[in-house]
Amino acid sequence: MAEQPCVDLSKTEEILASYPHEEPSLIQVLQDVHRAYNYLPCDVLVRVAMVLDVPLAKVFSVSTFYKAFSLEPQGETIIKVCMGTACHIRGAGQLVEELERKLGIGAEETTEDLQFTVKTVNCVGACAMAPVMIVGEKYWGSAKPARMEKYLAGGGEDED
Amino acid sequence: MRIESFDQFKTLQAEAGKRDEAQPKKILVCCGTGCLATGAKEVAEAFVHEITERGLDVEVGYGVKSTGCHGFCERGPLVAFLPEGLLYTKVKAKRVPEIVEKTIIGETIIPGLLYKNPVDKKRIPAYEEIPFYKNQVRVAMRNIGRIDPTDLMDAIAHDAYAGLAKALFEMTPDEVLDEVELSGQRGRGGAGFNTARKWRSCKAAPGDRRFVLCNGDEGDPGAFKDRSIMEGDPHSVLEGMIIGAYALGSHEGWIYVRDEYPLAVVHLQLAITEARKHGLLGENIMGSGFDFEIQISRGGGAFVCGESSALMRSLAGQTGEPRAKYVHSTEKGLFDLPTVLNNVETWAGIGAIIANGGAWFASMGTEKSKGTKAFSLVGKVKNTGLIELPMGTTLRHIIYDIGGGVLKDRPFKAVQTGGPSGGCIPEELLDLPVDYEKLTEAGSMMGSGGMIVMDDRTCMVDVARYFLAFLTEESCGKCVPCREGLKQMLAIYDALIEGRGNVGDIERIETLAAGMQLGSLCELGKSAPNPVLSTLKYFRSEYEAHIVDHACPAGICRDLTAFEIMPDCDGCHACTKVCPTDCIAGEKKELHVIDHEACISCGACLDVCPTDSIRTFPKVELAAKEVV
Ligand SMILES: Cc1cc2nc3c(=O)[nH]c(=O)nc-3n(C[C@H](O)[C@H](O)[C@H](O)COP(=O)(O)O)c2cc1C
Ligand code: FES
Repeated sequence: MAEQPCVDLSKTEEILASYPHEEPSLIQVLQDVHRAYNYLPCDVLVRVAMVLDVPLAKVFSVSTFYKAFSLEPQGETIIKVCMGTACHIRGAGQLVEELERKLGIGAEETTEDLQFTVKTVNCVGACAMAPVMIVGEKYWGSAKPARMEKYLAGGGEDED
Repeated sequence: MRIESFDQFKTLQAEAGKRDEAQPKKILVCCGTGCLATGAKEVAEAFVHEITERGLDVEVGYGVKSTGCHGFCERGPLVAFLPEGLLYTKVKAKRVPEIVEKTIIGETIIPGLLYKNPVDKKRIPAYEEIPFYKNQVRVAMRNIGRIDPTDLMDAIAHDAYAGLAKALFEMTPDEVLDEVELSGQRGRGGAGFNTARKWRSCKAAPGDRRFVLCNGDEGDPGAFKDRSIMEGDPHSVLEGMIIGAYALGSHEGWIYVRDEYPLAVVHLQLAITEARKHGLLGENIMGSGFDFEIQISRGGGAFVCGESSALMRSLAGQTGEPRAKYVHSTEKGLFDLPTVLNNVETWAGIGAIIANGGAWFASMGTEKSKGTKAFSLVGKVKNTGLIELPMGTTLRHIIYDIGGGVLKDRPFKAVQTGGPSGGCIPEELLDLPVDYEKLTEAGSMMGSGGMIVMDDRTCMVDVARYFLAFLTEESCGKCVPCREGLKQMLAIYDALIEGRGNVGDIERIETLAAGMQLGSLCELGKSAPNPVLSTLKYFRSEYEAHIVDHACPAGICRDLTAFEIMPDCDGCHACTKVCPTDCIAGEKKELHVIDHEACISCGACLDVCPTDSIRTFPKVELAAKEVV
């Protein structure tokens, strides 16, 4: 991993203070950390391992096992394209291709200006509106590659 | 108010009922994830604004209620009007003033907003008359779409916690167990294990501390019933868990919710706080002397964590790797203590079973599969959404009568059930009554109740490959047969869809499948070959076409498929607009032509062509054509 600048640990301390200092808290703490920093910074993991009294190797093993965690900084806006079965058979693959054409990055990649990260996920539970794409917090149902500009700009109402 | 006795609960029920009756007219705005995506929140706010602004809440007596998922997600945002039972679909916030003016004040229907039956194109005003709803029987989803999930009093007015009160004050823990046994209910999370038997085996395990867990991981792609239950009626899940804990003598519970379900977490957390405040959860529940606490744990996004032993490891803060099955979690589960884990839908049914009796539940369904089952009907079907039906309903009834048939009236090819552990069921078996046994016999599974309808534009080799890719990604890597078997199988499938298949590939797939079924540690690996074997069984000729003719009969596999425009093209330009590589040429109103060199065979043109004038053909023929 590339050398990372030290991050502000005060947010980490706050999060750690709200959980019992034991192994079962690990995943919940990492989730809060991820939300706070948008990824899991290396020095934060060291601190978490120390406070929860869990070996650092174990903290890394958990951090890399679950899909929700990233060890690299994420883009400001996370774009999730659903690759669940319902979305797959209704053409979700074309959305990822269109994103690649528009942003120049593939799945699980981040644009250089840290603006967008594209992720593929397995079903977000909105299968009835497949294919589904989430830009930031906004869900787009029956998503079409031709409307990608609009989704990325984040505005406008859905057409019927 | 904190409830301290059975009588106080009855008083609260009466109060809640009165409050409900005081406002007989309601506007129910569906605020499930699906409808929120299409702007339901704005619609609900617009109604509240419009109604209060005009003083209609007092005058006409209308109240606005944001509810959980009505199930009919594709038509959202959905708005229902009670007591008229009118349903408007695809409601936009900007039309709310017009709706208030015409429908609420003027008492006239706006035909354009009514649901149009795709079968006969007729518009249907009444919620109850829409075939999608008419044929349903709701138990686990009894209150979804009817109550505001963030309002405990509303839930209580609709019988929430009545089963719990009955259990705590009128039944012993053993009587609760007997009632659940009488219901014959089986687990709704996949394997269909008998609920009462699981509970009894946990209860028989020695020790004082035991856990009650709820599996809200819902990892099967294409299934979202658990999400809708947790979002739309979180109290039903809590009630079931408290009843189960009472029967088992447990005092600690956890709900494990997928990270992808943020709204479910919010609603569950709110429900827990409210229930605790009212003495329905926590210490001395309803003054009965029974204590039980529930905590929420957000999953980390790993499919395998839906498996029981992996889930318990994940709850303990570890990586979600399953362990061998001979250790029963009912004896050694979470923190190695006796544990009962049930699915969200299983728990949601318990309150109703206790309130109405096990015999009532057992009167529905088939001999070995009792009661009702929730399904998410999705894919290439006209009415997609969430449904609940008695076990034993035929696939044909579900897909054609409720689902309205295949999208664009294309030919039906298969329905996929059971997620990555399930299989694809072909047209010949459409009259199959759906229950645990029948689906397993057909080479599929009940799983989480996802039903994905596929039409002739679905390649079965591609579908099997899709699930293999999914499972390769999600395999935890602990055991070799699953980790390596999936990888090798996927490599063969990649060759098949790229036209590099060899004679003997099918046999190699079958050998690998048999090894994985025998040797894998957990059900993920053991059941991973199901999508492969079921497609091989019912759609073998498609495999052969890929291998022998290097052709994809469905025209999906890109390396094998070319596209061409037929002479009946009217030159509408619909395809040129969507083509990502701009490889379609042609003047408006004249025949268009595809440049085969530049075409990436994505199929976007075919999907939008209004005259159905684009056809696929095997790419190998292209080479032959060029020679000529
Ligand atoms: C790979 C795998 C994934 C599973 N995913 C889920 C799931 O997402 N939700 C669920 O309820 N059960 C899931 N199960 C089944 C659980 O192991 C367990 O049987 C179930 O939660 C028990 O509850 P029930 O008896 O109420 O169905 C999964 C099983 C396996 C092997
Ligand atoms: S398959 Fe995409 S939301 Fe479920």
